[in-house]
Amino acid sequence: MSANDRKRSLLDRLKSAEPPQKPADETAQPPGESAPPPAGPPSDVPPAPPEDRGPSVVPDSGGRDDEFLSTGDVLQQRYEIRKFLSKGGMGAVYLAKDLRFPTVEKLVAVKEMISAIRDSVTSRISLETFQREATILASLSHVAIPKVFDYFHQERRVYLVIEYIQGTDLESLLAEIDYPLPQDNVVNWAIQTCEVLNYLHNHKPSPIVFRDMKPSNIMIRDEDQRVVLIDFGIAKVFQSGRRGTMIGTEGYSPPEQYRGIAEPRGDVYALGATLHHLLTRRDPRKEPPFTFQEHPIRDFNPSVTPEMEAVVMRALAYEAEDRYPSAEEMRRDLLAVLGTSQGTAPTRPSREERTPVWSFVCQHEIRSSPQVFENAVYFGSYDKSMYCLEASTGEERWRYATDGGIVSSPCVWNETVFFGSEDQILYAVYTRTGRIVWTCPTDGKIRSSPKEGYDHVFFGSDDHRVYALSAKSGQELWRFDGGGPVRSSPVVSGELVIFGSDDGNVYAVDVQSGEMRWKYQTDRAVQSTPTMAHDMAYVGSTDFSLYALDLDNGWPVWRFRTKGRVISSPWVSGNVIYFGSNDHHLYALDARTGTLLWKYATKGSVVSSPRVSNGTVYVGSADCHLYSLDGETGNLRWRFPTGGPITASPAIGAGLVYVGSTDHTVYALPTEQGD
Amino acid sequence: MGIRNKLFRREKENGSERPPTREGSPPDRLQCASPLDVAQATDIGRTREINEDAFLTLKAVVGTSDPPSPLALLIVADGLGGHAGGREASTTAVRVAARALITELLLPILMNETREMGRRPIQEIITEAIISANQSVSQIESDAGTTLTAVLVADHSAYAGHVGDTRLYYVTDGKATQITKDHSLVSRLVELGEISPKEAQSHPQRNFLYRALGQDPELEVDAHLQRLAEGSYLLLCSDGLWGSVSDQEMLEVIYEAPSLQEACNRLIDLANERGGDDNTTVVLARINY
Repeated sequence: MSANDRKRSLLDRLKSAEPPQKPADETAQPPGESAPPPAGPPSDVPPAPPEDRGPSVVPDSGGRDDEFLSTGDVLQQRYEIRKFLSKGGMGAVYLAKDLRFPTVEKLVAVKEMISAIRDSVTSRISLETFQREATILASLSHVAIPKVFDYFHQERRVYLVIEYIQGTDLESLLAEIDYPLPQDNVVNWAIQTCEVLNYLHNHKPSPIVFRDMKPSNIMIRDEDQRVVLIDFGIAKVFQSGRRGTMIGTEGYSPPEQYRGIAEPRGDVYALGATLHHLLTRRDPRKEPPFTFQEHPIRDFNPSVTPEMEAVVMRALAYEAEDRYPSAEEMRRDLLAVLGTSQGTAPTRPSREERTPVWSFVCQHEIRSSPQVFENAVYFGSYDKSMYCLEASTGEERWRYATDGGIVSSPCVWNETVFFGSEDQILYAVYTRTGRIVWTCPTDGKIRSSPKEGYDHVFFGSDDHRVYALSAKSGQELWRFDGGGPVRSSPVVSGELVIFGSDDGNVYAVDVQSGEMRWKYQTDRAVQSTPTMAHDMAYVGSTDFSLYALDLDNGWPVWRFRTKGRVISSPWVSGNVIYFGSNDHHLYALDARTGTLLWKYATKGSVVSSPRVSNGTVYVGSADCHLYSLDGETGNLRWRFPTGGPITASPAIGAGLVYVGSTDHTVYALPTEQGD
Repeated sequence: MGIRNKLFRREKENGSERPPTREGSPPDRLQCASPLDVAQATDIGRTREINEDAFLTLKAVVGTSDPPSPLALLIVADGLGGHAGGREASTTAVRVAARALITELLLPILMNETREMGRRPIQEIITEAIISANQSVSQIESDAGTTLTAVLVADHSAYAGHVGDTRLYYVTDGKATQITKDHSLVSRLVELGEISPKEAQSHPQRNFLYRALGQDPELEVDAHLQRLAEGSYLLLCSDGLWGSVSDQEMLEVIYEAPSLQEACNRLIDLANERGGDDNTTVVLARINY
């Protein structure tokens, strides 16, 4: 069974959440020959005197520090290297066969330490420290600690021979999956880790501090699915003292480690950091240190119980006095969590309940986003009509029937509402009466939403063109060939009109002449509507990325890759840009740098474009819900279920948020204000 | 107007906008005024045995249009780890990053081959250049590391990539704004309110970095974009300067010195007067128009 297969089987168990079962062939690794290998060094190397513990049979190593042992090398005439397992900070770990047991396949792990320090005095001191550490290890006996078999040096290297643990470490496991680990698994592992920490911390004559707790040092043994701690802080002892500027933490270490303090409560912190990583998938090595308190687990993973979050957060207290005083006390609280979480239904936000102020049902799906203007709500429906409703009551003022479905969102200007229809016509209609003002026929369905600027209306059509018309008369100012259907809406900014095309380009066109100023080619169709801020045009592409383009020249400044098509149009509020992706997430990025601030997972594609009002982000999802999230943290405030996927964007006005759903209904819900 | 237009498209109406007049310059020499000036200085300080800072500056003025367009690359790295390792780390980082940025950004821009940049965003190219520098530094045998701050100036934009505590300041209208964020423990402690900025100045662990090149194969690079106003400055400096000279003092020197070079020299002198505990490197650029 390969390492990947084993990992897979552990993953499968996680998914099925069934009691762990032994993999069928867990003991068979690696497939050794049945005949025992010759006891002794390979024949081409002169045998070393048996009593000599010095350089013996590492072929061609020549004392060089950068070479790994090869398969077949034999150390101390006893350990035959079978396989390179991993590279550590100061050397490597190998799988080896203990040749003293010729008739059985006794496998051991051989850890190699290479001193990087050339100075022989420093080197000797380091080696002595290492030996002392190895001696302590040898005195330990716990089911979750690998047994130590041997210790020796050879050339400039030191070797530690320990029990070979066959299993998967939690870092590798995290790398394999793209969802947070189930709480119950994590709690079980945490309890076992607390047990072994408790054993170490109560070691006589003096407590042992692990000092290097992190996912990669926690191994889940295949055999019994139990936790085993590996990498016993030896690397720490071996780290040379640096002077001048120092480089610190690996993300899991407690603050006091910077003051050179190592005590048991530091291990409690690092275990907390490890659990936070496992439950949130937020890698602390990629974050500024000690920022866990600002990132509660449930922000990332609402399925974690508040009780579990409280345990982890207490372990992560900045001051050691505020943490669990011992691993044992943490273990007790974890046991209590295990009790509570069993049989609990998936957690749901308590404030989910939201009653619409009104709702309005039409004949077909609503994919057009409503517009709110002077106490009226305008929206189109796939039933071919444009509706005008009383904003506060939802009472119908008028409707205007076209010959095609309306997915284009209306634009209101100067008592006129503009909208396109799949009947290929752009309509200008009086807001008061719903009477026609003018129309403009095109040669393709109009899915692009018209935008107004400088008393003109700009929109795209499936006939590949972008049109600029006088808002008053409908007279054409210019038209521009977009190279493909234009579903993105042209947005006016300064002297430019910017829009995307299904030919993959983002175009910037002179607002007066219709001449192209620049274009930028993405890898797929651009159906998202650009947003302008900070001298940049932000726009999504179906090539899965969101782009920030320099308004001056169209140069890409940054892009952010998601795992789905980005059709949702971004929304900028201050320095934050919000947008959805078909990978089911709503993203919040730093608008200047494209750095991820947070993301929120819904259960469906987020085609809908977010709207921000008073620090709250509203967005619809194909999972049928309208979400209301805290704009700063991405915390869920409430969500409202509709009867169908939501692809339209919400609109906000007068304390209400309006959203249309494919369940044929427009809903008006109270916003956060008044809560 | 975009740099591409400026560089490679002749304006139909020539000279609609004249560059600002330098005091005392005769009008017919206006065309010679550089849109961007760059100066730099480095010093070992008074207590260190070796200067572990490294830097690179590169400036081009492209006069194929009117007014001419500036293009510049400014890099400062501060080696960590003592002995010769830190020096090797910072030089390696500067060279590797510079090579990548010159090949993948400067040359395509100069040759009007921006399409050949593979349509990659500028900040991605900068980030990847710093990541390749990180790989090269990691291959150095000692466990040394380095900071790295690299800035591309193109037209009126500065694109920066940053790891560590070498700072980039934007100076305009008598105000200095720190663009980069120090990846140091102490600045994090200040953010958390655990210590005051004043305490940070003398904190025993003020040199601890939580992010640097040469430490981890995976490196996160901060990216920044700053638009540049006429008459503004960009200042890159290692902690030898900002550790002992306040932002206000830097401002005074920059505005009062008779020349950019003199400003750099005076900043170094100031750091040395305060003890010169560390190497100091200063790169200063002025956007003339």
